[in-house]
Amino acid sequence: MFTPELIFKIVLIVSIFAVTLVIAMYSTYGERKIAAFMQDRLGPNRAGIFGILQPLADGVKMFMKEELIPDISNKVLFILGPCLAMTTALMTSAIIPWGSTINIGGTDFSLQITDLNIGVLYVFAVTSIGVYGIMIGGWASNNKYSLLGALRASSQMISYEIAMGLAIIALIMSTGTLSLKEISAAQAGFHWNIFVQPLGFLIFIICSFAETNRAPFDLPECETELIGGYHTEYSSMKLGFYLFAEYINMFIASAVISTLYFGGYNFPFMNDMGLSSNAIAILGVVFLFAKIFFFIFFFMWIRWTIPRFRYDQLMRLGWTVLIPLAIFNILLTGAIIFATNN
Amino acid sequence: MQSLTNRKKVVGKKEMTWVEKLYLPAIFGGMRITLKHMFSKKTTISYPEQTREFSQIYRGMHVLKRDEKGAERCTACGLCAVACPAEAITMVAAERKKGEENLYREEKYAAVYEINMLRCIFCGDCEDACPKESIFLTDRIVPSDLERSEFIYGKDKLVETLENPIDISKRQTPEVLEFKKNKKLTHNR
Repeated sequence: MFTPELIFKIVLIVSIFAVTLVIAMYSTYGERKIAAFMQDRLGPNRAGIFGILQPLADGVKMFMKEELIPDISNKVLFILGPCLAMTTALMTSAIIPWGSTINIGGTDFSLQITDLNIGVLYVFAVTSIGVYGIMIGGWASNNKYSLLGALRASSQMISYEIAMGLAIIALIMSTGTLSLKEISAAQAGFHWNIFVQPLGFLIFIICSFAETNRAPFDLPECETELIGGYHTEYSSMKLGFYLFAEYINMFIASAVISTLYFGGYNFPFMNDMGLSSNAIAILGVVFLFAKIFFFIFFFMWIRWTIPRFRYDQLMRLGWTVLIPLAIFNILLTGAIIFATNN
Repeated sequence: MQSLTNRKKVVGKKEMTWVEKLYLPAIFGGMRITLKHMFSKKTTISYPEQTREFSQIYRGMHVLKRDEKGAERCTACGLCAVACPAEAITMVAAERKKGEENLYREEKYAAVYEINMLRCIFCGDCEDACPKESIFLTDRIVPSDLERSEFIYGKDKLVETLENPIDISKRQTPEVLEFKKNKKLTHNR
């Protein structure tokens, strides 16, 4: 029953779950610190040394707040909204290859929860479901601001998913597989996809900003126009779930970007240093997380640099710039593949 | 009309060049600026540990002074309360009994003296009005509190203690200091 394989998987699932939550928790702290530093402030520094306990304090605050469910809301959907947002945010981590294989007592264990042969499609499917959390929450609140936020979120996600998908198609054409494990393995050493698909990467990262509802595409929750957008009516830990899901999404998006374009767990000269395979696997995990942290920082860096788009600008950018550019990228990739094969 | 200053600039929507339309150079420029600010000196002052340097004539929390012998200078004339534009000061006067000469300088004194720090606008008019050089504004800050009632400061918080007198010499103008040297006036005796 409890084969070593199964035990290892359970340990892996639990640790990835915990790591995801802890990173999301400290992303909130990082966000505030980075925002502060970029604005020449110090940021939270009272709870613990350097304010390191700030996320805990925030969490306790969220739990202690009064829980409000509006009378005129649809109660079932109102509660379902944040649950869905959180669940879908956590689901993608299942197929990210967090490392290559690790050898314990003569058996090889893969540092990936499951290797779907349609991995990239799964990522898309889950991010598409992600919009339901926002939609349902915004609609169930029975509030015009929430509804507007939800509408914005859904149309924005649908628009940018197309460009994102087209950018990925070009990547799949050059790697020849949908499995994230094989995409990672193909980028061994320094053969990262960013050098093969620079334009695709640019489109993909812009679209991930839109998909995670981060600035400059944070129109679904823009405070200045819509109060809080889809979570206007939410309070207490339900609001916490929405905000938390955003940070988890950011973490997962960073992981996907690192895996698809920045070599995943691969690092330069990994096979030339004469290390054992276990050491390489562990170092690979470290490198993957370093890349992820860089991209999380990048997300925040952009957020505190660029102002928010206007809605028509957002739509124009999505439909008239990114989609044609992505199609051009596919044609370009096809032409290069055709030329090199002959 | 002819421009006299030569500083006139024609503003308008000019057509963006192709590079500008890409927006990416502008975005990278912005990111460079924010990154530079990440490592620049922070302007925050971590208040309780670090304090800003005050002007010598900063108008902060009030003090009720004692004279050289340690007797309270206030005679409860009420001029500060009348001068106060925010109606922050109230007091109850009492007569000095025999044997209290070391406590109160004049025959009349303030049994109760209260300033509502939430009403006070720290203008310093009370200081101007005081004929006995009793009330002064100092460079101390009124600390924050959770209850409104805590901001009504009585004599316990306002009168300086004998052990640690509050120095207000910097607050007095040269003219005032000159005036105080004239011992012929009853005010200065």
